[in-house]
Amino acid sequence: MINPLDALAATGRSVIGVCRYTGEISIFAGNGLSNVLRPPVFWRMLWQSFVEIAFFSLPVVALTAVFTGMVLALQSYTGFSRFNAESATAAVVVLSITRELGPVLAALMVAGRIGASFAAEIGTMRVTDQIDALTTLSTDPMKYLVTPRLVAGTLAMPLLVVVADVLGVMGGWLIATAKLGFGSGAYLVSTMDTLKTEDVVSGLVKAAVFGFVVTLMGCWHGYRSKGGAQGVGQATTSAVVSASILILALDYVLTEMFFAR
Amino acid sequence: MTDTPKIRLRDVRKAFGSKVVLDGVDLDVRARHGMVVLGGSGSGKSVTIKCVLGLIRPDSGLIEIDGRDVSAMTDRQRTEIMDRTGMLFQNGALFDSLPVWENVCFKLLAQKRISRAKARDKAAEILAQVGLAPSVGDLSPAELSGGMQKRVALARAIAAEPDILFLDEPTTGLDPIMGAVIDGLIVDCVKRLGATTVAITHDMASARRIGDDAAMIHKGKIIWNGPAATLGQTGNPMVDQFARGEREGPIQMELRK
Repeated sequence: MINPLDALAATGRSVIGVCRYTGEISIFAGNGLSNVLRPPVFWRMLWQSFVEIAFFSLPVVALTAVFTGMVLALQSYTGFSRFNAESATAAVVVLSITRELGPVLAALMVAGRIGASFAAEIGTMRVTDQIDALTTLSTDPMKYLVTPRLVAGTLAMPLLVVVADVLGVMGGWLIATAKLGFGSGAYLVSTMDTLKTEDVVSGLVKAAVFGFVVTLMGCWHGYRSKGGAQGVGQATTSAVVSASILILALDYVLTEMFFAR
Repeated sequence: MTDTPKIRLRDVRKAFGSKVVLDGVDLDVRARHGMVVLGGSGSGKSVTIKCVLGLIRPDSGLIEIDGRDVSAMTDRQRTEIMDRTGMLFQNGALFDSLPVWENVCFKLLAQKRISRAKARDKAAEILAQVGLAPSVGDLSPAELSGGMQKRVALARAIAAEPDILFLDEPTTGLDPIMGAVIDGLIVDCVKRLGATTVAITHDMASARRIGDDAAMIHKGKIIWNGPAATLGQTGNPMVDQFARGEREGPIQMELRK
């Protein structure tokens, strides 16, 4: 016989756990961000993190965007042809890419690459006393390790998404013109006529938020890891999973904010 | 001349959950002297040193450096203390993303006491003091042997010419000859810098070489302190058993039968 009070207690513990987790992450993020205004700024770390995110993630983000644009054009054409609405293909591709798929898929790719990498690097530093060593070397580990990564993630993701947007649309254009019989000029004109500033801006704002979330999850899970190799492995997995879920959840919240009427 | 100890601990307590690690530690470290803290694995040596450094916050008790309560210090005051402190970690804790020269001069660069252009030469100079060639400076820590990593970690600890040097098991994992070499380097550096050292170890040969004073911690309490030279003939059966490495005696290992 299940005691209803036990079930209530278990629910309460879960709620308290979520509140505590949220509070700890918020304090961690606030601490990391507040360092932006307090010198010293570790410019070399910021630049290295920026290059790591913006430049070295470019191939995977570009490939994802191109193939997504291609598939989207093909699926849209096939679906809309049932209603004689094939001409909407260009509009659907550009809106889907700039508003949703560009930022979300780029962020998920970066979560797998950068979130995991940051969690593993900082986690290894934690379990090998390197973070304590930073403190003994008169260096605030939050300023040195976390703040540059958070700033780099927030700045680099929008740049990646601009590239993803362009390549995603070009992927759609490629399939539309090479396979689906669209005229090159007409497709591009239709794309530009459909696109509005708010479509691009909303995508870039999402990208900045997702970039912050990905780097925050990587840094947070790495910073708190313990217990050696197993702990670092768990931190890496948790960083990717939590960043991915947050990206999808925040995507809904931001879409509601931008487009709900 | 003042009698104020360089470092003073009074009734320092720390527990992790239900496990009590420090159970009222009292310890005085004299300025410009070497203090060796002995104790078995898990006796609380590393936690003691981390409490003094502020890396772990004790549950209660007083920790003073130069007569100033560490727990009451502002972040700025704590950073000032760190500026005058060097620490050699048990596993080296070298930054594997940086070359050796940058590891060695990390604190000098962080404090902007030296430019990056001059740091390489400075690193070579400090590496020479611990018996390493300048070419080692360009290597990654992962390319070094255990003994070389210890020496680089020592070079990093002394690079900023600290007032207080903490050493966490400086010879653990090294062969006896390399252990003696590292101890010799520590003694030379400390003499040259005039620093106060706190070393934690369970290597008795190392303790006698680098310590003026010694204290033994057992189950979270300091059970003896006195001159390091008397280790083995202290009259305290626990310390003498530990110093001689005897199986029989008042200290019984908690082994599951």
